[in-house]
Amino acid sequence: MTMIGWLQIILFCAIIVALTKPLGWYMTRVFNGERTFLSPVLRPIEAGIYWFSGVDEKREQHWLTYTVAMLLFHVGGFLIIYGVMRLQAVLPFNPAGQGAVAEDLSFNTAISFITNTNWQNYGGESTISYLVQMVGLTHQNFLSAATGIALAVALIRGFSRASARTVGNFWVDVTRTTLYVLLPICVVYTLFLISQGMPQTLGDYVEATTLEGAKQTIAVGPVASQVAIKMLGTNGGGFFNANAAHPFENPTALSNFVQMLSIFVIGAAMTNVFGRMVGNQRQGWAILAVMGVLFIAGVAITYWAEADGTSTLHALGLTGGNMEGKEVRFGIVASSLFAVITTAASCGAVNAMHDSFTALGGMIPLINMQLGEIIIGGVGAGLYGMLLFVVLAIFVAGLMVGRTPEYVGKKIEAREVKMAMLAILVLPLMYLGWTAVGVVYPAAVASMANAGPHGFTEVLYAFTSATGNNGSAFAGLTGNTFFYNLTLASAMFVGRFFMIIPAMAIAGSLAAKKSIPPSAGTFPTTGGLFVGLVVGVILIIGGLTFFPALALGPIVEHLAMNAGQVF
Amino acid sequence: MLREIRPAIVLLLVLTAITGLAYPLAMTAIAGAIFPAQAKGSLIEQDGKVVGSALIGQEFKDDKYFQGRPSATLAPDPNDSTKTVSAPYNAANSGGSNLGPTSKALADRLKEDVDRLKAENPNATVPVDLVTTSASGLDPDISPEAAQFQVPRVAKARNISEDQLRQLVASNTQGRLLGLLGEPRVNVLALNLALDRATAK
Repeated sequence: MTMIGWLQIILFCAIIVALTKPLGWYMTRVFNGERTFLSPVLRPIEAGIYWFSGVDEKREQHWLTYTVAMLLFHVGGFLIIYGVMRLQAVLPFNPAGQGAVAEDLSFNTAISFITNTNWQNYGGESTISYLVQMVGLTHQNFLSAATGIALAVALIRGFSRASARTVGNFWVDVTRTTLYVLLPICVVYTLFLISQGMPQTLGDYVEATTLEGAKQTIAVGPVASQVAIKMLGTNGGGFFNANAAHPFENPTALSNFVQMLSIFVIGAAMTNVFGRMVGNQRQGWAILAVMGVLFIAGVAITYWAEADGTSTLHALGLTGGNMEGKEVRFGIVASSLFAVITTAASCGAVNAMHDSFTALGGMIPLINMQLGEIIIGGVGAGLYGMLLFVVLAIFVAGLMVGRTPEYVGKKIEAREVKMAMLAILVLPLMYLGWTAVGVVYPAAVASMANAGPHGFTEVLYAFTSATGNNGSAFAGLTGNTFFYNLTLASAMFVGRFFMIIPAMAIAGSLAAKKSIPPSAGTFPTTGGLFVGLVVGVILIIGGLTFFPALALGPIVEHLAMNAGQVF
Repeated sequence: MLREIRPAIVLLLVLTAITGLAYPLAMTAIAGAIFPAQAKGSLIEQDGKVVGSALIGQEFKDDKYFQGRPSATLAPDPNDSTKTVSAPYNAANSGGSNLGPTSKALADRLKEDVDRLKAENPNATVPVDLVTTSASGLDPDISPEAAQFQVPRVAKARNISEDQLRQLVASNTQGRLLGLLGEPRVNVLALNLALDRATAK
């Protein structure tokens, strides 16, 4: 670890904190339907879209209607992706002449993108056409992100409204998020990325003759426009197979730094949106503090482990950290930081190969996902995931003093706690259950690339990433098989919707409750005690759930490595 | 609930047209106008022929060139399309080795490469980036130490002085942005092009 490395980490955190308040202010205005500086341009487009689609923007929806609208929207999104993948060979924008994508791979990819996971069983440049990249993937990057944000806003309205029947209008929330938040940022961001060297072209792959006379086919494409939303919407599905490690998908140290910022910026600002909408910004800062404590701890461990290297490297006298699977322009610190950010935030883009990380360095990304990606988290998804843990923490605090718990003026009762527990329990059921199958079923075992405990970790990581809708991988695992295409799709589906539906049920139930003013007996939820309590609940619930699995994977691998064992 | 069906179809199609077609196509048009070189892939031409991209590494095997990092990229086996074969710096199929910290295959590969490099230049420590594969398999850069390490070999192959080469490496070394972001590095293709120009004179 170096001083300059830590300075990069501190600078990153400082910029995120600085952006949280202004962006939170702007997004709150967008979600409340107020005028913004972009309204003169965008308002006519917005109104036209509502008129054309038959949306009455004044009419709000009950939580059930809101949820059904969201589900219908996903069915359509699924059909579009599946359709263009199966038909890409006969559709335009296919200069590389990619053939139709297989049924199971198309199914997996369609589920992967509607659930904001963006697991890549496909290899971008070798499998899919520019049309699929744009109409299939770029479009769903926007919409799955907008959906996540809309759902979080609906849940916040549950907290902020009193005796209300409705939680907002799904169509309006999605449209406004796309038009006023995601698109304008992406336009500027795309141009920045191109200036750094990211391609944006519909032309053919380039045939080059190298200095030594060999032929090199260089894949290009409309990369920048997709990468902008892939990062900003915490989607993470790469244009290229190597994702953000590919020099075209992340050309410079500056593009890398801005990409890291863009993964966190909306998720961090959502905490401020929460604070503003419930009438006390300090509530938002308290949640951001919980996330910050867990984040810094993760960064410190991964950075230390990667800078330290492995015993294989030490035995050969190689110093400078674990550079296997990392790019020179990012080095140890930017690769470690990126890995922690991308898994904290449900993004899943990678700028280094997590499979080649040290045992402990790779364990932190795994833990981040197993905690439910609540450290900033996916856009929107991170906030509603974190609020589920807050509900539990408040419940635990209530049990300790024997008083009905309340949070931001709402009583937390049996229904909310049951729903929160349902959402939190269904995730380990998916990733632990499928991992158990994956390590004994012969066709699945054949997919492991590494032997020993590392092979187990590959499988555990895959199902954790799918369930958490992250999308990063220990990529040695061969995921494009019938078994993995289907099981991973089921994990992604359950991980997304069995989190969303209970969260929406909580939103509806909270919105209907009366608001109670704070009294002398109210547990203050803006101070250090609250932050400590939530961090404790997250780590205890998480630790009890997945520590045994970690012990079989990364922990035993670390001990084996220190004993000089290889597999 | 029935009245949600129309927006579910129409709004989806409208937003797909905006975000999936209008946005990427507009960005492509704007990029072509203001950043034409970058938008096409930062290609380097020599005598009217494309010799590569400034951002994409390429394979150098000859002793007279500086060499990049090992690359783990693959290509379909020409004899059996269900299998893959090693194809370093395949810029149409990026990827890393994905070998883990306790992998025997990785340990063996590292040992072999370290032994080879130690035989080539016994007087210097082997830089770690010169024996480890990159994440993309297309890393265009090596560390300044990795470039300096190769100076004796290249000097011998080209019959020029090591000092001249060390200066060339130094002038092709990029530092951290603002002294803070990223790592010091040398673009291998740029260095080799400069080398060819310097020795042609």
